[in-house]
Amino acid sequence: MARVTQDGMVEKRGVGHYFTHVGLIIGVLVIFFPIWLAFVASTVTQSDIISPPMPLWPGDQFLTNYSKALTSGINAPVASMLMNSFVMAMGIALGKILISLLSAFAIVYFKFPGRRLFFWLIFLTLMLPVEVRIVPTYEVVAGFGMLNSYSGLIFPLIASATATFLFRQFFMTVPDELAEAARVDGARPMRFFWDILLPMSRTNIAALFVILFIYGWNQYLWPLLITTDPSMNTIVMGIKQMFPSGDDYADWPVIMATSILAMLPPVIVVVSMQRLFIRGLVDSEK
Amino acid sequence: MATIKLDNIKKSFGKTDVIHGVDIDIADGEFIVIVGPSGCGKSTLLRMVAGLETVTSGEITIDGAQVNGVEPMDRDIAMVFQNYALYPHMSVEENMAYGLKIAKTPKAEITERVAEAARMLQLEPYLKRKPRELSGGQRQRVAMGRAIVRKPKVFLFDEPLSNLDAKLRVQMRLEIKELQSRLGITALYVTHDQVEAMTLADRMVVMNGGVADQIGAPLEVYSNPQTEFVAGFIGSPATNFIDAALVPDAPKGASKIGIRPEHITLLPSGQGKLSGNVVFTEALGAETLVHLRMNSGTETFTVRQDGAMDLPVAGDPVGVDWGADDEMAFNDKGRRV
Repeated sequence: MARVTQDGMVEKRGVGHYFTHVGLIIGVLVIFFPIWLAFVASTVTQSDIISPPMPLWPGDQFLTNYSKALTSGINAPVASMLMNSFVMAMGIALGKILISLLSAFAIVYFKFPGRRLFFWLIFLTLMLPVEVRIVPTYEVVAGFGMLNSYSGLIFPLIASATATFLFRQFFMTVPDELAEAARVDGARPMRFFWDILLPMSRTNIAALFVILFIYGWNQYLWPLLITTDPSMNTIVMGIKQMFPSGDDYADWPVIMATSILAMLPPVIVVVSMQRLFIRGLVDSEK
Repeated sequence: MATIKLDNIKKSFGKTDVIHGVDIDIADGEFIVIVGPSGCGKSTLLRMVAGLETVTSGEITIDGAQVNGVEPMDRDIAMVFQNYALYPHMSVEENMAYGLKIAKTPKAEITERVAEAARMLQLEPYLKRKPRELSGGQRQRVAMGRAIVRKPKVFLFDEPLSNLDAKLRVQMRLEIKELQSRLGITALYVTHDQVEAMTLADRMVVMNGGVADQIGAPLEVYSNPQTEFVAGFIGSPATNFIDAALVPDAPKGASKIGIRPEHITLLPSGQGKLSGNVVFTEALGAETLVHLRMNSGTETFTVRQDGAMDLPVAGDPVGVDWGADDEMAFNDKGRRV
């Protein structure tokens, strides 16, 4: 039995319906279990974790562990690492969106010498991930004295061929007549960009923001290379720095509390922008 | 309100010449329709007047001022596009107001002019809606409204009705004509539909392969076509053409004779100027179209006769006749003799 719902999706009824749900619930539990364990570990004491069996239900150390993590951490307070990560992720996401919007606008709407060449150059950089150019990039950033700074964290990662490509494809689906109508209406190019192209791309921008924010948040290798000062550590690399070297013992409750804290901002971004995000991926609003 | 003058306008895209020198003089308040088959350069010509396309050579003047290098926004024109080109994220009201907003018109005046245009076009209930919530006809009206509120010197229409269904097209055609004559704004209208051209135009320009074959009042163009192309393009069903050699007492220098379907009378076999066989008939009610194959060779003839007359039977031999005044003779270059 199948029936089409208002969304145009086919809804299954009967026993198959329940099996599907059971399957999905098991899948969610399998994925969620490690996160649950991390949360439990962040609410108990160090000795509870070390002595088997491992606890499966939260303990009473929630406030102690989290306030310890946030205010003092192990090398640096997690609060400042969260702040660093947030600045870096926002800088990368917003910067990438702004730059790719403008370059896609130039490539699609303006005729200038070497237009194709520039497009293909941008396209080429798609094939060069950060890791490939990391040594020369480090040289450049060090030369500019941008080690241990926000600009050093953000600028080397701020150009995005993927986003430029995405906006180019979107702009090319916008009918030419729209640009012409705007011209007849008296809109100069940048006015057309702000008043018409930008609002039309807002779902694409939202979708891209979510993806890029998480990309920026999850950066590991680059911050690890250029931040030697613990006060500039980002949280994702900071977690790794918390593991002891040599014979020190690992403060698991604090490390786990940090992990949980590191997970929260991307979750908040995805959940709060979910509707726009999905609309941006699915339809192009025309 | 303005006069427009096109002086020997030429356009090439790279090495391809698209328009080979067009001259048109448009009087203030006149409704000019440019008609022609697809690819004849009519839209390009309109876009050059709009300033969306550069002019390769020649001069365009609006109200006496040469506008060749002037941006569209500074030409004081308004254009209605074939697919309406409404801004999808703006409401009807914002769409109409956009041009005025850019021109920094005072808010109160914008509201007033938009309201006036909306009343004229019966768009008042839809002002807050987005274009995607409107039907095709309503979108068309919004596009018109966007042109009207600007109070431009010139209206440019680029096949504005071709995305509408047949019934709506007839209705909008009347509204456009009525609106234009009420506002008295000079209009340039491009279409491939000859019915639109005949009904809307004060004067029509028939374009063929980048050349304006004939410029004149619709009925003048219809009854007195200057070229074989115009005779064949304007009028439906199309003019019948026959080799001049087959026609008794054809004028000197003529290579082809054209006769409109309504000027031909069917006679019993053996009578009249030519003879042939009925291939099939189309009874349309008020009139009947009779398609003939002529005995002289491969020519087919279409005869339009009153619907009340007897239907000829397919396969029957018939004769055809026409008045000498109805003959349109063309030389081997396709020009009227």
